[in-house]
Amino acid sequence: MTTLTELHIGDSLHSIVLDPVSRLDLIKYAGASGDFNPIHTIDEEAENAGLPGIIAHGMWTMGNLAKLFSNLYEIGFIEEYKIRFKGMVLLNDVITLQADLIEKKEDRYFFKVAATNQSGKEAISGEVIFKVF
Amino acid sequence: MFNESIGKRSKPVINIVERGAVKKFALSIGDPHPIFIDEEIGRQSRYGTNIAPPTFPRVFDFGTIESLNLPSKGLIHGEQIYRYNRPLKVGEEITCYTEVKDYYEKKGKQGEMGFLAFKNYGTDAKGEIVFTAEQLVIINETIRRMVMSK
Repeated sequence: MTTLTELHIGDSLHSIVLDPVSRLDLIKYAGASGDFNPIHTIDEEAENAGLPGIIAHGMWTMGNLAKLFSNLYEIGFIEEYKIRFKGMVLLNDVITLQADLIEKKEDRYFFKVAATNQSGKEAISGEVIFKVF
Repeated sequence: MFNESIGKRSKPVINIVERGAVKKFALSIGDPHPIFIDEEIGRQSRYGTNIAPPTFPRVFDFGTIESLNLPSKGLIHGEQIYRYNRPLKVGEEITCYTEVKDYYEKKGKQGEMGFLAFKNYGTDAKGEIVFTAEQLVIINETIRRMVMSK
């Protein structure tokens, strides 16, 4: 793995492709987070809400995206994590997690981050400021 | 009527960064990194204990804001911003509360939309802020009418 200090502007952290989104993923997240909004787990509820089917919790996707940084906690931490929820994540979607370094200022590394689906459409995107100790 | 809630805060609630909850949460986002769940790795780390993933505050109880009646269904999560002074440590007590920062309306494709901005706070035993979490919730016209007619 490339260490953070070796990264140059425009470089990316190692991207991750998630397994296709399953109902069990969302049931587990509902239980772990306490967010039991039924549009994330029950088909009828999602359809009644005018959705094509159950959709992932936005925070599930945001939670997943942060794991690009989990190997780096010995040298720093996520100081700011800012996300815009842009598109729905449906069952069986294949999500790719990406982080590109856009700026470096002393002890702060600014990343553009995104989770995109199999069609290349962004489900969420935003910025991470990683601060080194 | 959401306007009336601007500036209102919830009563603070004490939450514990519970080891089991952190593990379950880390697993649920497919991130069982040892820094979150392996006790020995936690002890040897610079934090002296395990830490929680940055979106873990989703689990916390931030209390309720009096007279703010949000429907349990039909809200859209628009934006989320976490800011940390340091990571959350497993086992520590965090006092949490929430505040309504703003409310405004905008005309969109699906009629008038309401935008409700919350800011959540988490402070440690010394009273220092560990994190804040800002959240923008979008409420569409149909839901707003339902709430108002109550």
